Amino acid sequence: MTKPKFKIATTSLAGCFGCHMSFLDMDERLAGLLEQVEFDRSPLTDIKHCGPCDIGLIEGGVCNAENVHVLREFRASCKILVAVGACAINGGVPAMRNYFDLQDCLEEVYLRGANVTHPRIPDDPELPLLLDKVYPVSEIVAIDYFLPGCPPSADAFLQLLQPLLAGQQPDIASTRLHYD
Amino acid sequence: MEPDNPAPSTTRRIAIDPVTRVEGHGKITLLIDDDQHIVEARFHIVEFRGFEKFIQGRPYWEVPFFVQRLCGICPVSHQLAAAKAVDQIAGIGQLTPTATKLRRLLHFGQILQSHALHFFHLSSPDFLFGFGSDPRQRNIAGVLEQYPEIALKGVKLRKFGQQIIEAITGKRVHGTGTVPGGMNKALTAAERDALLAGIGDILQWSQDAVALNEHIHTAHPEHRDFGTFPSHYLSLTGSGGELEFYHGGLRARAADGSTLHDQFDYCDYQRLLSEEVRSWSYLKFPYFSSLGTERGWYRVGPLARINNCDAIPTPLAEAARQRFKATGNGGPVHDTLAYHWARMIELLHCTESIHNLLTDTDITGTDLLTSKGEHQPQGIGVIEAPRGTLFHHYHVNDDGLVTQANLIVSTTSNNQAMNESVRAVANRYLDGQEITEALLNHLEVAVRAYDPCLSCATHALGKMPLQVTLQHTGGSVIHQLTKKTDGVIQ
Repeated sequence: MTKPKFKIATTSLAGCFGCHMSFLDMDERLAGLLEQVEFDRSPLTDIKHCGPCDIGLIEGGVCNAENVHVLREFRASCKILVAVGACAINGGVPAMRNYFDLQDCLEEVYLRGANVTHPRIPDDPELPLLLDKVYPVSEIVAIDYFLPGCPPSADAFLQLLQPLLAGQQPDIASTRLHYD
Repeated sequence: MEPDNPAPSTTRRIAIDPVTRVEGHGKITLLIDDDQHIVEARFHIVEFRGFEKFIQGRPYWEVPFFVQRLCGICPVSHQLAAAKAVDQIAGIGQLTPTATKLRRLLHFGQILQSHALHFFHLSSPDFLFGFGSDPRQRNIAGVLEQYPEIALKGVKLRKFGQQIIEAITGKRVHGTGTVPGGMNKALTAAERDALLAGIGDILQWSQDAVALNEHIHTAHPEHRDFGTFPSHYLSLTGSGGELEFYHGGLRARAADGSTLHDQFDYCDYQRLLSEEVRSWSYLKFPYFSSLGTERGWYRVGPLARINNCDAIPTPLAEAARQRFKATGNGGPVHDTLAYHWARMIELLHCTESIHNLLTDTDITGTDLLTSKGEHQPQGIGVIEAPRGTLFHHYHVNDDGLVTQANLIVSTTSNNQAMNESVRAVANRYLDGQEITEALLNHLEVAVRAYDPCLSCATHALGKMPLQVTLQHTGGSVIHQLTKKTDGVIQ
């Protein structure tokens, strides 16, 4: 009988997608991984809402109300939740706006920007409510593992996932851990 | 402020949220009346980064590494556009031949990996399985299972581009490399030889990628008018009108193929372009100022570049361009789905150019830096990123700290066009129909043609909350925000 595959979900909150790019940098090894796992909700699939999953990988910090919602959905759906990369762990570059007043940031872009026509701050109900600051994911939900790096390397992803899939504690070689 | 075109109260709202198999996050909303007619179709960008504000006060030499971290998909393009601006601020003229060639090689690697990723990893499932196929199969895992040869070629093409970036910048994503006036590390002969070792296969697979896309587009007549409309185009071209990704003048063509501007100095871009703000998207809507908001919008990216250029300076890609051009009957090819075909022609051009550069003796040179000149108060860097023309503009003070920044990223320039395509597909395929998942994917197929790069935010289900409370995992309230009816956030 074929062994059921592990389910992995991934998402990007306020991040740059670089962690997802690094995940794909496993290259041909991706095919090997897919023999053991299948993707649930992910930017790589057309599954829009997370179902019950074994592992959730979260890239990016929390900058708006929808980030909060998606993060909570992931926490409720995933047995193991991993904060991946600098933005998820400490807010990263997007959190540099925390030093400024949000209204001032919006005015700089939409009212004072060069050659702007119809200056106004976008405010349609379809746009998610921005938070005053960009928060690390661990401020909002409990996180099981943190994989540092900007981004973590493909090798680091594999050294995290392989033990988890085997039911073991990950022990990532320090040479694979980067904080830049 | 009232939203644009408030909807009649009898309409039903359908949201595709999030749009998937794109890089970053966007959503599509449809308003449908009681007879299933489409009242409104919009592609929203829900991200807001505020980069222009928080870069203020940072030293100019930090900028290239800073800005690339706002995009993990084409970080090299942001690094290079910013590096060009920073060179101007440092008063530097011409770089050394080795530095220029290393930057060009780096950029070809970036475009190659991004184009491969976009077609093979993200878009190919639509074409190999069908726009309305089973969504559980419609992804790269499904392609690896059903078409392993095609998928693995795509994976290896992307890998090659990433290996070039890694060899020059030290990392595949967010490496370093550029410094004001040049580059910080030479390419060694061993690194060059390792990259050249598999170039024969890469060339063959690049040609296969063009052939596959050419076949897909020409064998499916229904693809030709899928979300298609005439538009203007903008791109850089070389001084001889040739395809050029790294440095050149701006060329703008009108929808009928006539030339609006040619070899326009990109440092004067503010005379050419304006940007409109709309209430329902954080992404602005750029347009040619002379033509106004209604008529002045344009497209950028592979379709624009292949339509705009007079030739491609590498033989295999030029032959592919000639076949592409023939489908336009003497005018521009306006087919939205031809973006994919144009993208693969560019991928082939990248491979040929990489081959040329790796066999150029300058590429392993060690003369990497040009001396600084007189400090300038501003710098403007423009480059052809994978998704189109990318503008970076920085003002600095006498201490070299940034005082103002203006960015027009490639996807911003395609904002109006993506909305036009969504509307066209909604009206052609969804109007009057019972809305199904398969039909909704047609809208995403149209958006994916542009390879939009929307990195940053994401979405909720259902109605947007007007109040949000952030609680610590321990239960204590960190922050509470309320949006009042007049839009003020407290």
